[in-house]
Amino acid sequence: MSSFNLASLHGEALNAAGEVEGRSLWQDAWRRLIKNRAAVASMIILGVIALACIVVPYALPWSYDAIDWDHVEAMPPNMELGHYLGTDSVGRDLLARTLVGGRVSLLVGLLATLVALFIGVTVGAIAGFMGGRVDQLLMRLVDLLYSVPLTFFVIILMVMFGRNFILMFLAIGAVEWLTMARIVRGQTLSLKNKEFIEAARASGGSTASIIARHIVPNVLGVVIVYVTLTIPHVILLESFLSFLGLGVQEPLTSWGVLLNEGAAELQANPRTLIVPAVFMTTTLFCFNFLGDGLRDALDPKDR
Amino acid sequence: MWSYFARRLLIGVPTLFAIVLFCFFLMRLAPGGPFDGEAPVPPEVLANLRARYHLDDPLWQQFFSYLGNLLRGDFGPSFKYKDFTVTELIAQGLPVSIENGLSALVIAILVGLPLGIIAALSQNSARDYFVSGFAMIGIVIPTFVMGQLLILAFGVGLRGTPFQLPAGGWNDGAFANRILPVTVLALPFIAYIARIARASMIETLRANYVRTARAKGLPYRTVVLRHAMKAALTPVVTYLGPATAYLLTGSMVVETIFQIPGIGRYFVQGALNRDYTLVMGVTIVAAAFVIVANLIVDMVYGFLDPKVRYE
Repeated sequence: MSSFNLASLHGEALNAAGEVEGRSLWQDAWRRLIKNRAAVASMIILGVIALACIVVPYALPWSYDAIDWDHVEAMPPNMELGHYLGTDSVGRDLLARTLVGGRVSLLVGLLATLVALFIGVTVGAIAGFMGGRVDQLLMRLVDLLYSVPLTFFVIILMVMFGRNFILMFLAIGAVEWLTMARIVRGQTLSLKNKEFIEAARASGGSTASIIARHIVPNVLGVVIVYVTLTIPHVILLESFLSFLGLGVQEPLTSWGVLLNEGAAELQANPRTLIVPAVFMTTTLFCFNFLGDGLRDALDPKDR
Repeated sequence: MWSYFARRLLIGVPTLFAIVLFCFFLMRLAPGGPFDGEAPVPPEVLANLRARYHLDDPLWQQFFSYLGNLLRGDFGPSFKYKDFTVTELIAQGLPVSIENGLSALVIAILVGLPLGIIAALSQNSARDYFVSGFAMIGIVIPTFVMGQLLILAFGVGLRGTPFQLPAGGWNDGAFANRILPVTVLALPFIAYIARIARASMIETLRANYVRTARAKGLPYRTVVLRHAMKAALTPVVTYLGPATAYLLTGSMVVETIFQIPGIGRYFVQGALNRDYTLVMGVTIVAAAFVIVANLIVDMVYGFLDPKVRYE
């Protein structure tokens, strides 16, 4: 029975052999990823939340910074007035604020991670590929920075130069690149003696172009996993800064700022904490599940 | 091996020096000063204040006198707490923060490790999902939200029952006052340790030597506890180094919420008040701590994993 099946499968494979297309590593990984239900659900939810944060505020009857002067107090959800999730303690629409806050939080998460990605991949790839002195120097620098309480410096910078959106993601990004550099270096070390690198060098590629065109694309898999795990980390760090009163400036808001405001009046209006908390924790959950799913999909040794 | 650690310890000195240097110039070059209060200070008073704190000396001179004092354990006077020196404030706050941090870390290991291992041993079972879900919740809920929730539950909700706990204050370190802050501090670490332990245990259980031990006929229990455990612990120990730094960050939140007089709270207040000397003092002490913690982790690492060589 089973031999019959095998034989027919074999036959099919032979028949198809003429037009079979090679499957790339990425297609394989994608196939594995979409089999992971938690990861797929996370992707969809993240997409919905991101889209809602970008689009929905334009469609809401209240702007995130408009005060409803007839109701300058926390109001429960009221469909007629267009406060679908109620208002905060000074009468601003909570849904609009949560969605706009999501924009800021997601943007900080994304931009800071991009900064970390850029520094980490550059340093890691150069250290791994060049080896020797350069490697020693760069990795000692990473070790050194690891033993510095960097959050302290982010806080000092934020205090010094004021609450500034650009400074915030630059500072966070400049703190989060260390692990990225280590991971990329490790991957590069295992890649640099492979034949295709030798071939690239033999055909006259410069070090810079080999790093950019052959090393970096091949470490992307690991990097993507780490990126999905760094974004939620940055969002949490942003909420920590907001707790210290160093988040984005009013009336602009972020999930961290909203959570902080909500936590302060938890007893009187738990809704002002619950609404942003649900959005933020859902997002963080999804990023973590997606990261785990990606890791399983891109790391075939774990199957 | 010992020469390796001596060398690592020596590297700590220039690291600290770099931190002091960076911190010092960052603080001095920043716009705004410690005397920009709500009420403007008359210029004569300001001049006196600046003279008293040597703020008009050349920058390099200020730096070297600060460095010299630092070596004698003198962190200088606090700009805001006028009656205290920074050394006094740190001496007061550091023990409190260390006690809480260590308790949280010990609890995190005692709870997180078994949780992670239990989850790994019954991978993909209900028990595993429960632990992993719990760990995820511990990671995604910010410390300050968790703190407020627990205050609401135990400080307000259970008021009048035997389970009521103080919602804040330190009360000279009474046991009841420690429970909530230490719990809040420990929760994310329990979560991380459980996650890391689970992942590394799963990987170790697939290793060839574990299979060999099983094939020899050893009971599962022995294989897990004697053979797999040690290797599975390595990533957890590695995590404890950076954990010290996260612990410091966590203590800023916890000490602020629960009004605990530790260095985390001093740092936050110092930073918001632009109390240069206090912020620098706490940063330097914290950095020294993280450096030493990483060194200890490196040593433990070598005992756990014989493949690690110290050169």
